[in-house]
Amino acid sequence: MDRKVIFKGRALPMLLLLPQLAVTLVFFIWPAAMAVWQSLLQQDAFGLSTEFVGLDNFAEVVADPAWRGAAANTAVFASSVAVLALGVALFLAVQADKAIRGQRFYRTMLIWPYAVAPAISAVLWLFLFHPSIGLIGRALNAAGVMWDYQLNGNQAMLLVIIASAWKQVSYNFIFFLAGLQGIPKSVLEAAAIDGARPLRRFWTVVFPLLSPTTFFLLVVNLVYAFFDTFGVIHALTRGGPGKATETLIYKVYVDGVDNLNLGSSAAQSVLLMLFVIALTMVQFRFVERRVHY
Amino acid sequence: MATLNLSAVTKSFGASTVLHGIDLNVADGEMIVIVGASGCGKSTLLRIVAGLETPTTGHVAIGGREVTRLEPADRDIAMVFQNYALYPHMTVAQNMAYGLRIRGTPKDEIARRVAETAGLLGIGPLLGRKPRELSGGQRQRVAMGRAIIREPKLFLFDEPLSNLDAKLRVQMRGEIRRLQQRLGVTSLYVTHDQVEAMTLGDRLVVMHQGRAAQVASPMEVWARPADTYVAGFIGSPAMNLLGGTLAEGGAAVQLKAGPLLRFPDGPRAGGDGRPVTVGVRPEHMLRDGEALVTVALDLVEPLGSETVLHGTLASGEVLTARLPGMVPAVGSAMPLAIPAEALHVFDAESGRRLDA
Repeated sequence: MDRKVIFKGRALPMLLLLPQLAVTLVFFIWPAAMAVWQSLLQQDAFGLSTEFVGLDNFAEVVADPAWRGAAANTAVFASSVAVLALGVALFLAVQADKAIRGQRFYRTMLIWPYAVAPAISAVLWLFLFHPSIGLIGRALNAAGVMWDYQLNGNQAMLLVIIASAWKQVSYNFIFFLAGLQGIPKSVLEAAAIDGARPLRRFWTVVFPLLSPTTFFLLVVNLVYAFFDTFGVIHALTRGGPGKATETLIYKVYVDGVDNLNLGSSAAQSVLLMLFVIALTMVQFRFVERRVHY
Repeated sequence: MATLNLSAVTKSFGASTVLHGIDLNVADGEMIVIVGASGCGKSTLLRIVAGLETPTTGHVAIGGREVTRLEPADRDIAMVFQNYALYPHMTVAQNMAYGLRIRGTPKDEIARRVAETAGLLGIGPLLGRKPRELSGGQRQRVAMGRAIIREPKLFLFDEPLSNLDAKLRVQMRGEIRRLQQRLGVTSLYVTHDQVEAMTLGDRLVVMHQGRAAQVASPMEVWARPADTYVAGFIGSPAMNLLGGTLAEGGAAVQLKAGPLLRFPDGPRAGGDGRPVTVGVRPEHMLRDGEALVTVALDLVEPLGSETVLHGTLASGEVLTARLPGMVPAVGSAMPLAIPAEALHVFDAESGRRLDA
């Protein structure tokens, strides 16, 4: 059935499109364009004069060891968050898919963390892992582990990874569960009759059939780790100790807001933007090809 | 190749019992068709044999080995599913090889058997394709191939033809039967289609509300149905079931619809007045004879070589008749004869068959 509505003139459709276009323009296109423009400018320290410097900001950023350090941090951070969040979510989804009783309860409880604001989730983890007031932090120290994420960069990284991944597990869980429930039961039964034990069944049938979901989530999780983890890092470590947990997005904030180096900050955010655009394009290409049925 | 023995198998889901004690002994190489309306428990029975469900009570033995509590993987069986259940991410060859790979069969042996099975089923050119690139009939063949390649002890078929169009179904039906006879593998075939049941089975199990109403050869089921359910279920159009009472000391039946019919094969037990149900197949009705009933016609279906008449008797009971040739429309009512030698007599209350 053709549900398309045909408008006679052009005025009404234009008018109906206007609100959405306006929102996109004001909140997405305009700031993005401003960032690109800013990235080509340089201001003096007092903000009195601005000059056009072409791609100098970019050259400076890429050559800066601090930026490279942040890029390395981001690589470790983003891949760890993605792998951890995907792995835990997949495990939980498989368990929830098996559960017959209380499945809805289980599901609801697992989805909740997604509704928690990043700063609040960070505070939750802080209360758990703070070396002097945190439940687990104190227990670790009492057990003889030298735990203080405010001093130890690796521990700080571990903590922001866990806190960031925890929030994303819910999101991944929903998609994985839907993916699992989309696998025809008879296919699994056929595999069981063909002699495959549950673990073998998972790796040879379930996991390959979930691969489109997994790939989609991998991209979403990487984008999340790149951009949306600012709040967690800000509340937990502020990029410290030293620059141990300073990721690219956090450095954009520090350079732009704290150091007021707008040109460099804008150039960094443009680089990030390009990276995510590339990631999204890869995803569209790849996902279209890998759908099995 | 093996025998299959079910003894007193029951299955309950919560408070509802779907199988009430099924006993069945299948000989080596035999093809048994389980037939029944939807919800009769036939699929559950098959899934219990497969190990996908556990019986609430009772035992399953394959080849004399008790398998009631074993996983499907440990039973050495193969199953063809209604929706084929092919692995969507594997090619046809990989689909067929999956079970062999899991059993650790050497690679060259797998390749040999895949080629051999593909040749047997005529799917050689499809080996590199994915299931989504196949037609329904081709998928059906691949599902068959996946089942036979492992040379299992037992084949299970769960309505394998019901997703195919009518023409293909007839063709595949023949192929399944030929293949089964050639391989000689003990098979259990579930269907709701009585034509499939009649043509495929060495023996039929007619299921009704979780019980095996009759276990017998197709011709036996057709010629001597064990109760009114089987009588009505097997045969198309369905057998006419008419009310009556025994008369002349059990030697005859007085139909509600009028005529008195004497049993040519001898008297039934029970005295005069015992209520019975009399069955007569539509194709046994005659245009002329001794015991005439008048049928008020409400539908005439000319099928070319024969004509199916639907109507109502004076007693209010419906009657269907299948007569050879064209039946001229002679108005709204016509006389038809019930031949006494084609009668099936059932107890009116229990529905069980009454023999002379």
